[in-house]
Amino acid sequence: MPANDLVIQLEQLRVEYRSKELGQQTKLAVNDLSLKVHAGQVFGFLGPNGAGKTTTMNVLLGFVNPSGGSASIFGVDVRQPIARQRIGYLPELTYYYKFLTAEELLRFYAKIFKIPKAETEQRIDRILKLVELEHARKRQIRTYSKGMQQRAGLAQALINDPDLLILDEPTSGLDPLGRMKVRDIIKRLKNDGKTVFFSSHELGEVESICDRVAILHQGELKVEGSVEELKRQHQTHLEAIFLKVVGYQEAA
Amino acid sequence: MNANNVLAISSIVIKELYRRKDFYVLFILTVLITALAGSANFFNDARIVGWLKELSLTLIWLASLVIAINTAARQIPAERESRTIFPLLAKPVTRADVIVGKFLGCWLACGLALVVFYVFFGIVVSTKGGSVWVADYVLALWLHWMMLAMVIALSLLGSLLFTSVAANVTICFVIVVGILFVGFHLGKVAQQQAEPVQSIMLVLYNVVPQFGFFDTRQKLIHGSHLALVPVLLATLYAWAYAAVFLGGGWLAFRRKALN
Repeated sequence: MPANDLVIQLEQLRVEYRSKELGQQTKLAVNDLSLKVHAGQVFGFLGPNGAGKTTTMNVLLGFVNPSGGSASIFGVDVRQPIARQRIGYLPELTYYYKFLTAEELLRFYAKIFKIPKAETEQRIDRILKLVELEHARKRQIRTYSKGMQQRAGLAQALINDPDLLILDEPTSGLDPLGRMKVRDIIKRLKNDGKTVFFSSHELGEVESICDRVAILHQGELKVEGSVEELKRQHQTHLEAIFLKVVGYQEAA
Repeated sequence: MNANNVLAISSIVIKELYRRKDFYVLFILTVLITALAGSANFFNDARIVGWLKELSLTLIWLASLVIAINTAARQIPAERESRTIFPLLAKPVTRADVIVGKFLGCWLACGLALVVFYVFFGIVVSTKGGSVWVADYVLALWLHWMMLAMVIALSLLGSLLFTSVAANVTICFVIVVGILFVGFHLGKVAQQQAEPVQSIMLVLYNVVPQFGFFDTRQKLIHGSHLALVPVLLATLYAWAYAAVFLGGGWLAFRRKALN
């Protein structure tokens, strides 16, 4: 892979939190994590709860400063606000401004990216069609179902036509139909050449749409590689690899 | 700080205020109480206009404080609770943009609400045969709005220091009303105290924002005119305090975990 198509680069990333427990000074959330994501890849970021996935994403988005190492997006240090110009981010379980309609929500975020008005309207039409919210575009978000809210979230992540999408458990809490719709959107984004970096607990979903995966456990990178490569290497499916990596042992 | 981001964030706050019921409820209550009081004729008392002015202005002050404190106090906690702060800060938006945008939105929204209230006040006074000095009304509205800048900035700061919105609203309300009532008297009371209470009270007297400077109710009731220079000085005073509170809010927000 050429170095100039590097989208995400983490080098010996280390994140420590001040611990709330008595007698403990710090808690290590991410330990010496090095990772590279290239343009056009759909990258699955896996790990059990508390593995450090969201913390790593928070570093990439500039919400948390790393205690050590470095993180860059498109070669720009993540601490610079400009690094977020080409990113679309869908957080987990977010309840968007319920007094706004979907198109007002998108206009608000478009304004932040200084997208001209005519272009904004075109993008809103295109994105709402993509996320299948055209019929509800003039309804306040308070009237949306959970799946519709999640797709509104996906729409806001796409308003700046980002080159990189960071999705934190995009199908979490959705019914099978909602999950399928979000999965289809990710596949279409992949076909459009977008880079997608996402975390998920749905390993079947990860297996079906990801090019590469990384499995994190207790803040450390345990496995990284292409899905096919890992399956061939371990002679089993992704879920079994995941369980083995995190040390799960089935009861006899 | 990015002016485009600030304006975008403030537009959402304004939209929120006019789509919520708070303002309408308070306005209707003010209209109802004033109309009810105005319909009474106390033995053809000529002072009824003055009395009605006082009641109406007091209700407007109370309503404006409730709107300003409530709107400002819930802004950032609501962003964190609904998690919209994440997609917002994942865009090229800084925490300073968020604080200033929220402040500007609340301040402009309160300004719009004040215009509605003062127009209503003017109508009440003129229908009761009282004189309406437009210039004085405009200056009074301006001063009231400037005072709300300090109140809003204080509530935003409080929302970053206190964990509960209700606690912040109560504390801000007590502080603002307390200063309005006793702020000017602190200096006099301090003179009668022994040390170190005297010094503490004098420091307090000089440090707290004197919201009383902006209270023009008695002047409007008695028809005294407002001078431009003190209004300009009071404007600078309000901006300075608002800037200090916003600066404090920004420092607190910088260190605050988002979830």
